[in-house]
Amino acid sequence: MSLFDFTLKELQEKLHNKEITVSDLVEASYDRIKEVDGEVKAFITLNEEAAKQQAKELDEKLGAEASILYGMPIGIKDNIVTKGLRTTCASQILDNLTDPLYDATVIQKLENEQTVTIGKLNMDEFAMGSSTENSSYADTRNPWNTDYVPGGSSGGSAAAVAAGEVFFSLGSDTGGSIRQPAAFCGVVGLKPTYGLVSRFGLVAFASSLDQIGPITRTVEDNAHLLQAIVGHDQMDSTSANVEIPNYSEALQQDVKGLRIAVPKEYLSEGVDPEVKEAVLAALKKYEELGATWEEVSLPHSKYAVAAYYLLASSEASANLARFDGIRYGKRTEKRVDMIDMFKESRAEGFGYEVKRRIMLGTFALSSGYYDAYYKKAQKVRTLIKEDFEKIFADYDVVIGPTTPTPAYKVGEKIDDPLTMYTDDVLTTPVNLAGLPGISIPCGFSSAGLPIGLQIIGKHFDEAMIYRTAYAFEQATDFHTKRPNLGGGQ
Amino acid sequence: MAEISKEQVKHVANLARLAVTEEEVEMFTQQLGDIINYAELLNELDTTDVKPTTHVLDLKNVMRKDEPREWITKDEAMKNAPDQANGQFRVPSILE
Repeated sequence: MSLFDFTLKELQEKLHNKEITVSDLVEASYDRIKEVDGEVKAFITLNEEAAKQQAKELDEKLGAEASILYGMPIGIKDNIVTKGLRTTCASQILDNLTDPLYDATVIQKLENEQTVTIGKLNMDEFAMGSSTENSSYADTRNPWNTDYVPGGSSGGSAAAVAAGEVFFSLGSDTGGSIRQPAAFCGVVGLKPTYGLVSRFGLVAFASSLDQIGPITRTVEDNAHLLQAIVGHDQMDSTSANVEIPNYSEALQQDVKGLRIAVPKEYLSEGVDPEVKEAVLAALKKYEELGATWEEVSLPHSKYAVAAYYLLASSEASANLARFDGIRYGKRTEKRVDMIDMFKESRAEGFGYEVKRRIMLGTFALSSGYYDAYYKKAQKVRTLIKEDFEKIFADYDVVIGPTTPTPAYKVGEKIDDPLTMYTDDVLTTPVNLAGLPGISIPCGFSSAGLPIGLQIIGKHFDEAMIYRTAYAFEQATDFHTKRPNLGGGQ
Repeated sequence: MAEISKEQVKHVANLARLAVTEEEVEMFTQQLGDIINYAELLNELDTTDVKPTTHVLDLKNVMRKDEPREWITKDEAMKNAPDQANGQFRVPSILE
C-alpha cells in the first residue's frame, strides 16, 4: 500500500505515531512526480528545494495540536498567486513572473495550516478551456489513459491527484473547471458557493463566476481542505460574511429521507449512454440508502452555454486588459509606439483561445451590441437562477452527470471551439446561479475512463452536498480504484 | 442570422488592443461568427420583463475603513517591470 492510499486523517495519525515524517510525505510526492510526470505533465513549476526545507522544519516542530492538514503535500493551480513562487496562468504573457509579490488569501490560509506546496499545476491558459490543451506549456494527460485529455481548465490539479503526485490540490471553477476535470480523472472536486472562498489572489477570469475549490481523492479529505480555505475576506468585496459550519460533521453515512431532484434535461440526448447508465445506477444506490428521487425540469438549461460564454468572455475582456506589458509580464521586443506596444505584447503573449474570448467579450460589450448580447445574457442568467430556486423549494439536492461524455482523446476537439463550449452544458448553469456543486466518481466507461456524478446544492449548503456525496462514496468502491501508471501504485 | 464582417473583427481587435494578422482576421471572423450565431439561441426567449443578474448574492456596496496598512513597497512593485528608470515604469514615447 502506498502513502497515497491513505486519507489525510490517517496520514496525520501516522505522523503523530512517528510511523512517517513530513519529509517522507514530501519525498514520496517528488519521487512520484519524477516517476510519472514525464507522461502526465501536470506541473509547470516545482517548489522542491523550499518544500523539502519546510518539511524538515515541520518535522522538528510537530506538536500535539497540529491541524489535520499539517505537513500535507499540496499542488496549486497556476492561476493562484504564490509569493516568490512563479505564477504563469499557463500563459506566455506571464512566463517571466518568477517572483510574485504576494500570496492569495487561500495560500495564506493554507500556510496557517502548514501544508507544503509541492508546485504549480498546469491549466488551460487563464482557465479558458476544457481540456488543458490551451496551456502554452504542455498538454497534461489523463492518468487513466495518457492518450486522453484530463479535462480542464484545472486539468493539472485533477491529474496530479489522480496520478498520486500530490495528496490534494486547489483548482478554480468558472464554468466547470474543477468538476469536469475531477470527473474525467476520477477524483472528487468541489466548486463552492460563489462568495464562500476569497478570490483575492486568484487571477481573475470572470469575476462574477470564479471560485477556488478543493480537489481530493475522497469526500472526507475534500471537506477538510474546504474547511481550511473558506471565510470572509476584506480583500475580496464579493466574499460572503456567513457562518461556516463544521463540514466534517456532515459526513454521516445517512441519507434517509433525502429528496433528490433529477433534471430530465441532464439525462437527455447528447448524454453518452454509459454516462446515463452510471448515473441511473447511482440513483438506485441512493434509493437503497433510503433517499428518494424524482424527475424535474430545469427548462432554461439549454440556454446556459450561450449565456455563459457571452458573460464570461465579456468579464474576461475587461479583466485581461491589465496585461499591458508595463508593470509585469511580457513586453514585445519590437520597437514600436505606446499603443502598438500594447497590441504587440498582447498578441505575442496570449494564445488563440484567450484572444478569441477577449474578442468575443469586447464585441458583446461594444456599442450597438451591448443590449443584444451582454444584457440579454444577464437576463437569461436570471431565468437559469430561478429554475434552480423553484427546484430547491422542494428538494435537498440536484443530481445528474458532471459531463455528457467521459474524457476524449487529445486533439479530438481542439480545432472546434464551439463543440468544446457546448460540452459545458451540465456545469455552466451552476456557476451562473452561483450554487455549490461537486463531482464524485460513479463508474467507468467500457474504455476504462472514469465517470463523474454531479451533486448540486443550495447556496452555502456545502454540508448537504458532502453528506450526499459521502453516503454514496462509502457505499461504493469507485474512489479506491487507481490508474495503472508508472508500474501502478 | 448574425453576420460578423472582417471590418468588425479588425475594429474589435483594435478596441481589445490585440495585433492581428490578415490570416487571424479570417480565422476570427469565421469563429466569432459561429459563436455569435449559436448565441442567437437566446432570442428564443422573451426577456422583456426579466431583470438582469449582475451578481448572484444579494450584496450591496461593501465598505471598509480607509486606513493605511502594510503592503508591498515601491521597490517591490517595480521589480517585475519589463522596463524602468528612476523608480518609475518606463514606456515608449507617447508624444512625437
